[in-house]
Amino acid sequence: MKIQGTAIAGTLESNDVLITLSPSSNNKVEIDLNSIVKKQFGDRIEEIVREMLEEFNIEEGNIKIQDMGALDCTIKARIETAILRLKEGK
Amino acid sequence: MSKVRRTMLFIPGDNPGMLLNGGVLGADSIIFDLEDAVSLTEKDSARILVRNALKNLDYGKTEVIVRINALNTDFWKKDLDQIIPALPEVIMPPKIEKAEEIVEICEYISKIEKDMGIEDKTIKIIPIIETSLGIENSFQIGQASPRLEALFLGAEDLTANIGAKRTKSGDEIFYSRSRIVIAAKASEIQAIDTPYTDIDDEEGLKKDAQFAKDMGFDGKASISPRHVETINKVFTPSEEEIEFAKEVIEAINRAEEEGRGVISMKGQMIDAPIVNRANHVLEIYKSVMGGSINE
Repeated sequence: MKIQGTAIAGTLESNDVLITLSPSSNNKVEIDLNSIVKKQFGDRIEEIVREMLEEFNIEEGNIKIQDMGALDCTIKARIETAILRLKEGK
Repeated sequence: MSKVRRTMLFIPGDNPGMLLNGGVLGADSIIFDLEDAVSLTEKDSARILVRNALKNLDYGKTEVIVRINALNTDFWKKDLDQIIPALPEVIMPPKIEKAEEIVEICEYISKIEKDMGIEDKTIKIIPIIETSLGIENSFQIGQASPRLEALFLGAEDLTANIGAKRTKSGDEIFYSRSRIVIAAKASEIQAIDTPYTDIDDEEGLKKDAQFAKDMGFDGKASISPRHVETINKVFTPSEEEIEFAKEVIEAINRAEEEGRGVISMKGQMIDAPIVNRANHVLEIYKSVMGGSINE
């Protein structure tokens, strides 16, 4: 599935993450990660994003992650919400 | 004995930071709120966030309750679809007015429990009674299902519903408090009092909580972590109450050993209600302290 249109979930509050899904410009998955803990947990966050994209069969799109120190379960929840919003056209 | 529920702390279901800290705020129960604390546009994200928190975070001995959206919305079934498989201990449906509504919710929960292979009636229910019709039907509501653990009085919506002014003295909810306590106790379940909404008024909170305890409520809700300690203190038996309860039980045990039927202690007749109250005090104390009453 390709990401078509834009969907947002989450906030920029502490312990949260803001996820923005939008179409890719180069026909592949692009991950744009900005995190206050990127140095320590950047690889793990990217791994979570890729797991979620695979779970929802997303093969193409831009995923912008603005992380404010969210736990794995929060990142997963926000990505899932953004994907569902995309599917529902919200 | 039922679980001790001195404090029930509301936590907004769309706030990851507060969901993370829920288990360390000192409340006996925490209520993850999918209803009033969550805007219409965030209902979807809050239920997924709460579901993930339930599945991944350890809240220790703190009881986890989820307040779902009301039955007159499109959200309550979606809430239960996501939340029940994550196994909260209790579901809190708001604005309950009739026993039939409890039956409807229970049937829906039973279906999910069955589909997920969860043992029947694992999930308990504590309904919020917050309308005039709900107050009038509170006994029937209390009798509606073995899943019920308590009746919860919601005074803010109630006073709006009956056109009363909400005051700190609470005179306007005295009748409703009485009805909830009697209906709950007649149904052999607990009664939980409405939150005190002035976050900065510590003395007012203490007075209000003490009044609720004296009326027979088992605990009180809170909308602020700052209220938890005060409410816990009010609903925890005092040293005098514990000492008296211990003396009552010792007197009863001595009388049984000596074959005496009528017992008096310090000039006071000790009868069944006093013994029951003493046992209740010691059970709460034991539960709160997490050990033997003699420790």
